[in-house]
Amino acid sequence: MLGFIASVIDGVLVGLVYGLAAMGITLIWGVMDVINLTHGTMIVAGMFALYLLTSAFGISPYVTLLPALAGGFVVGVALYWIAVHRMVGRPPLMSLLSTFSVNLVLIGVATGVWGTVLFNVEVSVPGLTLGRYTFPGVHIVAAVLAAVIAAGLYFFLRRTRLGKAVRAVANNREAAELVGVPTTQVLSVAFGFGVSLACVSGVLIGTLFPFTILTGDSYLLKSFIVTVLGGFGNPVGALIGGLALGVLEGAVTPFVPVSWTLVIEFVLFVLVLIAFPGGVFMRRSRAL
Amino acid sequence: MSAILELDRVGKRFGGLQAVRDLSFQVREGEIVGLIGPNGAGKSTLFNLVNGVFAPDTGRILFDGADITGAKPYDIARKGLARTHQIVQPLTNLTVVQNCMVGACFGRNNLSLAASRAAAREAVAVAGLEDRADMLALHLTIAGKKRLELARALAAQPRLLLLDEVLAGLNPTEVEHMIGVIRRIRQRGVTIVIIEHLMQAIMNLSDRIVVLSSGAKLAEGLPAEVSQNADVIEAYLGDPKLAAELQGVA
Amino acid sequence: MPDIVRRPFFSIIALVIAIFALAPLWGNDVDLRESLVLAAVYITLASNLNLMLGYTGYVNFGSVVFFGLGGYICVWLVSAHDWPLGWSLLAAGLGVSALAFVFGAGILRLRGHFFALATIGIVEAVQAFASNFDPWGGASGIYLSTEVFAPLGGPRRALWVIYFAMIAVMGLSLYLSYAIKTSKFGLGLLAIGQNEDAAAILGVPTPRYKALVYSASAFLPAIAGGLYFFKSAFIQPTDAFDLTLSTEAIVIAMLGGQGTVTGVAFGAYLYEQLRGYLLTSDTFSHFQLVIAGALLLIIVLFFPSGLMGWLYARFPRLQRVLE
Repeated sequence: MLGFIASVIDGVLVGLVYGLAAMGITLIWGVMDVINLTHGTMIVAGMFALYLLTSAFGISPYVTLLPALAGGFVVGVALYWIAVHRMVGRPPLMSLLSTFSVNLVLIGVATGVWGTVLFNVEVSVPGLTLGRYTFPGVHIVAAVLAAVIAAGLYFFLRRTRLGKAVRAVANNREAAELVGVPTTQVLSVAFGFGVSLACVSGVLIGTLFPFTILTGDSYLLKSFIVTVLGGFGNPVGALIGGLALGVLEGAVTPFVPVSWTLVIEFVLFVLVLIAFPGGVFMRRSRAL
Repeated sequence: MSAILELDRVGKRFGGLQAVRDLSFQVREGEIVGLIGPNGAGKSTLFNLVNGVFAPDTGRILFDGADITGAKPYDIARKGLARTHQIVQPLTNLTVVQNCMVGACFGRNNLSLAASRAAAREAVAVAGLEDRADMLALHLTIAGKKRLELARALAAQPRLLLLDEVLAGLNPTEVEHMIGVIRRIRQRGVTIVIIEHLMQAIMNLSDRIVVLSSGAKLAEGLPAEVSQNADVIEAYLGDPKLAAELQGVA
Repeated sequence: MPDIVRRPFFSIIALVIAIFALAPLWGNDVDLRESLVLAAVYITLASNLNLMLGYTGYVNFGSVVFFGLGGYICVWLVSAHDWPLGWSLLAAGLGVSALAFVFGAGILRLRGHFFALATIGIVEAVQAFASNFDPWGGASGIYLSTEVFAPLGGPRRALWVIYFAMIAVMGLSLYLSYAIKTSKFGLGLLAIGQNEDAAAILGVPTPRYKALVYSASAFLPAIAGGLYFFKSAFIQPTDAFDLTLSTEAIVIAMLGGQGTVTGVAFGAYLYEQLRGYLLTSDTFSHFQLVIAGALLLIIVLFFPSGLMGWLYARFPRLQRVLE
């Protein structure tokens, strides 16, 4: 029984990181009604940044968060101008296909260069031992950092001018434009942040689990599940959804081989969707 | 004449706003009922409740004796209820005729594709769009799109037609034409409930008027009675232009 | 549907099928036959995908799941239960369609984007399932012994039989596309694609129609999958549920012109040529995705109506003959 609880608590920790990852998708969706299908690949990019920077320069893994944040932002803005700008306002099919096609190119190039080899980054952080159970230090650090970054995003959206502009555009783009908000720039910035959130969460996940170029898809799916659980377009909901998913994983892994987890998650996800078509927490609430 | 539409204490709340409260009235077959009220009175919400876009929180809605409270829009359309929208909703990449064929195929008589073409052409003619029948809806002017909304609803051969501000944004000539079209539709035996802000038009067209204010029924009666009603005039005092129009009609 | 038979397009499709059927017979060209089988698979997948994509505007990123599941059901019935091929194919088609209807009813409550994401998820989940499901051989898959070809007259003759069956499936896909497009059901689907809410208010029973078309779009790909993997005498999760295949189907449908029937055939031909030209060595095999991606991006940004859309804009009269 205690082992079960420990697993669940561990799930909460990992869940916070999932929540952070999901915020990337949910921010972009909330602001411009576009699903960024490069999201999974951007998470992997973060993982790669972690791997390359630590192995090439030997710097501390957590320091790589900064280049990941900055680099992700730049890539995000570029992505916006290449694939998304002309798609805003068009039917969802078009923006889906455009981000999808960019994703294909990225994966194609990446697998061409690096292959489908498994990468693992060794991060040693002392764990926390309570009784017979040790919570891996990396999990704790990752969870704390995720919470900090999430808080940072919340602060940005609520307290800074740019953040308010983002929320204005999310709420009603035409009205925002009428009051003088430079909507196109705001959209590109929002996209940039969405991608940098993906990269940053990628760095954190990279400290927890091994990865290949292709694991991006499963994290895309997890982010999507989290978004559905937490309500589309709502970053706080994303965090809660992440926790829910983490708890679910923690509750299930002691009993079931790891490879079944995805199946279970997905089946539950479909069931949740059938019961709550708009997401569990809010019916399309743009509570940015 | 029996009641084709009956609302029995219908209520709907959105978050903190009670959009429609305890609303009851009847529409008799063959009538034209005008629905007026200041902005935000709940008129369009009422239409949305009747045609199934939202389900009411309280009360019942009966169409031709059958309880349609909470029924889905497509089931309600099949029973013979059609509506136009305040903000036009054309099927943009289909032609005018194709738009109407959708109405005809999936409306009351569940026509086959071939039969729907004839019904569509007829509706197009009634609405005065024959010259643009094979044009893509995308290329129509706003007035054209409004006529398309009407033609499409007509093509479904409904028994009850809900018109939501079908005259808004039209110039006086177009308004005249539309009024003529609406009268002709009634002559074919279709019952009509119409929301309108053009006081002259709606007072002239309607057999009876129902006035809504803040989601509740404020008054009901013949146009002449309603326009003299002190409560109604007061409700419109917040909108002097409309109040003047109202009194001008009396 | 007697009306359809009289239209010229019906004969055009028949002609395409005839060409496919007769070309390799001329000189017993086995290589041509094999590349035409692949073309037929692409055309089948793309035209069935088009039923949703072109008409309702819902993109199914995971259409390969029908192909793979159909393959698994057929191969499993043949190997574990000794069913004859014909019945296994039918069971595969019906089984996958039924599953699609049930799952579809659930995930089609999602609008546009989210449905698309859910379809990716389905592939991931089904692949994970197949990798863990022991009766299906788990991650190693199922092998068929050559005895299964005996009822078809031996391995060499079987390949020809399977070829003609695949052509038939391809032909049926094109006809299905055409039949739906010119039917009342198709009009309802098109209305959904233009404005789903308005369509519902007009009386189109949107949830049922969406589930039906999703289910319909599963049937022939499942049978194609059954044929394909039976022919290979081997099926495993990574091959059966390779997202690349559904991706290519999307590229083909968009290249040719979404919502058109002819476009799919053209798109498949063009894409095959392009792909064959570029796959000159192993190192470029991953660049297959890059090419597909770049092509798709260009189409979406600059030529959203694809090849047929461009042709129809130039030569409007074509639309009266072709679909």
